Amino acid sequence: MDITKRKRELVKEFSPMLEKTSLLSILWIAALIAIIIVGLYAFYLQFINGHKVTGMRDNVVWGIYIINFIFFVGISYSGAFITGILHFFKTQWKHSIARIIKIITVLSLIVGPIFILLCIGRLDRLHYLFIYPRIQSPITWDIIAIMTDLIGCFIYLYLTFIPDFAILRDTTDLKVPKWQKKIYKILAIGYQDTTSQRLRLHKITQIMSVMIIAMAIVAYTVLAWIFSLTLQPGWNSTIFAPYFIIAGLYSGVGVIIISMYIIRKAYKLEKYIKKIHFIGAGIILLVISLLFGYFTFSEYFSKWFSHKTNDQELLDTLFSRYFWEFILANYVGVLVPIIILFFKKLRTIKSITFAAVIAVLGLWLNRYLIVIPTLETPYIPIQDTRPEFIFYTATWIEYALSFAGIAAFLLLFTLIMKFVPIIPMSGIIDQERDEEKGNKNKTEEVQ
Amino acid sequence: MGNKKTKEEGTNRRKFIKLGLISSITAVAGPSLFSNLTAQEENPVSENKNNDFVEKMRLLTPDGKIVEVDATNINKYPEAHITPKESRKGIPNRKFVMVIDLAKCKNARNCVEECQKAHQLDYNEEFMKIQLMQDNEEASPYWFPKPCFHCDEPPCVTVCPTGATFKRDDNIVLVDADRCIGCKFCVTSCPYSARIFNWGNKDKFDNTTIPYSPETSIPATEGTIMKCDFCPDLLRQGLLPHCAKSCPMGVIYFGDKNEDIVTNGEETIRFSKLIKERGGYRHLEHLGTKPNVYYLPAVNRQFPLERGFDVDEDIIKRYKNVDYVKELKEQGKI
Repeated sequence: MDITKRKRELVKEFSPMLEKTSLLSILWIAALIAIIIVGLYAFYLQFINGHKVTGMRDNVVWGIYIINFIFFVGISYSGAFITGILHFFKTQWKHSIARIIKIITVLSLIVGPIFILLCIGRLDRLHYLFIYPRIQSPITWDIIAIMTDLIGCFIYLYLTFIPDFAILRDTTDLKVPKWQKKIYKILAIGYQDTTSQRLRLHKITQIMSVMIIAMAIVAYTVLAWIFSLTLQPGWNSTIFAPYFIIAGLYSGVGVIIISMYIIRKAYKLEKYIKKIHFIGAGIILLVISLLFGYFTFSEYFSKWFSHKTNDQELLDTLFSRYFWEFILANYVGVLVPIIILFFKKLRTIKSITFAAVIAVLGLWLNRYLIVIPTLETPYIPIQDTRPEFIFYTATWIEYALSFAGIAAFLLLFTLIMKFVPIIPMSGIIDQERDEEKGNKNKTEEVQ
Repeated sequence: MGNKKTKEEGTNRRKFIKLGLISSITAVAGPSLFSNLTAQEENPVSENKNNDFVEKMRLLTPDGKIVEVDATNINKYPEAHITPKESRKGIPNRKFVMVIDLAKCKNARNCVEECQKAHQLDYNEEFMKIQLMQDNEEASPYWFPKPCFHCDEPPCVTVCPTGATFKRDDNIVLVDADRCIGCKFCVTSCPYSARIFNWGNKDKFDNTTIPYSPETSIPATEGTIMKCDFCPDLLRQGLLPHCAKSCPMGVIYFGDKNEDIVTNGEETIRFSKLIKERGGYRHLEHLGTKPNVYYLPAVNRQFPLERGFDVDEDIIKRYKNVDYVKELKEQGKI
């Protein structure tokens, strides 16, 4: 196999993604920027007027910002987990989707923490966290864990980018601006794809793949502890950390399936992202949805069965004021994906994606039901006449910022795809090389 | 050491006169239950380590003892402004406790109003909240004044990422609004809903004529937390907190666990005796936060509960979810 020739072929195949910008994609980017601008305006209002522009008040002090935070960090954690596992076990079909997962991992870990910043009343004093740190506060643990995780995931993502940067650098007939080529050259850090370089890179990537699994689990566990280490009736639960871990995987796999579907359609990558990827991801989603349903059931069942006063009050709120949300999040959001994914006949690309959408939406609602109703039913009953202090309703500012966060995620994703092919070329070459080696071994065995 | 002291006394006549003046000032300012010398909290030994020479002064305390203190601390009379840094140390040798006698409370709301006035709070901002509690359907409802419990195991202090809220040696849990970043984690971790967040800016926050002190909680700051502070500024002057002072029924007893004394301004009782004889308890004891606010159960009431409904319509509406109030409404009594 002529590797140089194969590289050129692959670049030629993927170069339209990098070179051309269609009218549709310009419109798409413009729409995303518009949403982000609305979000920035909302942020400006919140910064100038204080948190009174949000729906948060003295009882429900954390609103959908923190829900988005858990949600995005959860996606990131599960991305790190899955990509680590795929890499560690040298899964054959991983190459075409590994990069999608890694980009999701890094981007959601960048967008997620922005939401926790929005919860902070005095952003101008953020540096106090480092000037006056107190190590016993779970927030400090969270900062340390998330920053470590972010750096780890970033290094891991970059490591897998290096060989592709080198390929792009070496391709002279790529029609991209000069500065972009320069960046490829700098980022490739002199990688020449020699055997020793390749082996070293594989070794580092292998080590990092294990490390980010550990870092991701730690980061998400600490995040769960922010809730479960308090005394609040709905939060102070021993299973919260594993429950969050499973829930994170649930939403993460869902988001991966959805982005696989969109990218496959948008860039016509049917050759690379095949049905087998959807089936594989779908079966993982099935297993996790069973686990997630099991955890959700155990959590609420033990509360219902032992019916301590405060737990009972929480359940009463959930089954009266939040009845439909509860049904959607914890029945529809779990059972529909299970039914779709359980039967072999129902497993088509479209239906698997549909199940993923239901799972992701259901999970967001599930997080909402963990955070808000608990804060609305404190130990000492709320005796207030101001409706906004009794029940939480998010304002347009909070929604605008939430959508801006999603838009920022999508925009960064789009831009990265304009910069580096979404299908790792080096990965495909590696795979082909392995196959060739395998074939050779086979022929040797036969002889 | 003793020789040196007498020698100094003999030789420095001018200093002696000055001392006499100061001790008489102290004697005027501090004759009270909580007489204190803030200067005592400085440790002369550690001071000497840092400075080569620290001038010492001897003062006469109200109870006739002569104590030696650093001269640098001498102008800290009880009304002095306490900076955020100084407020982190408690008043020495004190363990403040509050005892609330539920049998006497009739929702007169003087405690709430006085507290709001002193801490420049708005109508709905209450450090002291009065809840209407009914422990179960059969139980008789009672008025439940709820300040911050100043716990010995404060969950709010544990979770604070910057140390903006802290526990002092004298049992008080304070908030330093200059340090607070407004993450609100303390609000979610407090099981007693004792904390209030400043959601937006208000004109009163811009008042620069009063220097900020965590001991007075004024002026408040936008985007930070505030809560009941047990009024350490008054305690330093030997006065009762605003709530205890203003209660017409003498519901709120305040005192020092070390001295085993609490007072409501009218009667002064042994703390331990009061708790033992009247069945004193702490609210939600099972949470393990070890509050420093004790309650005496609402038995042998001095007033019927209905007296408490003699308040604003808006306040009565707060209690609409209590079973007893629902019953009253059904009977058309409210």
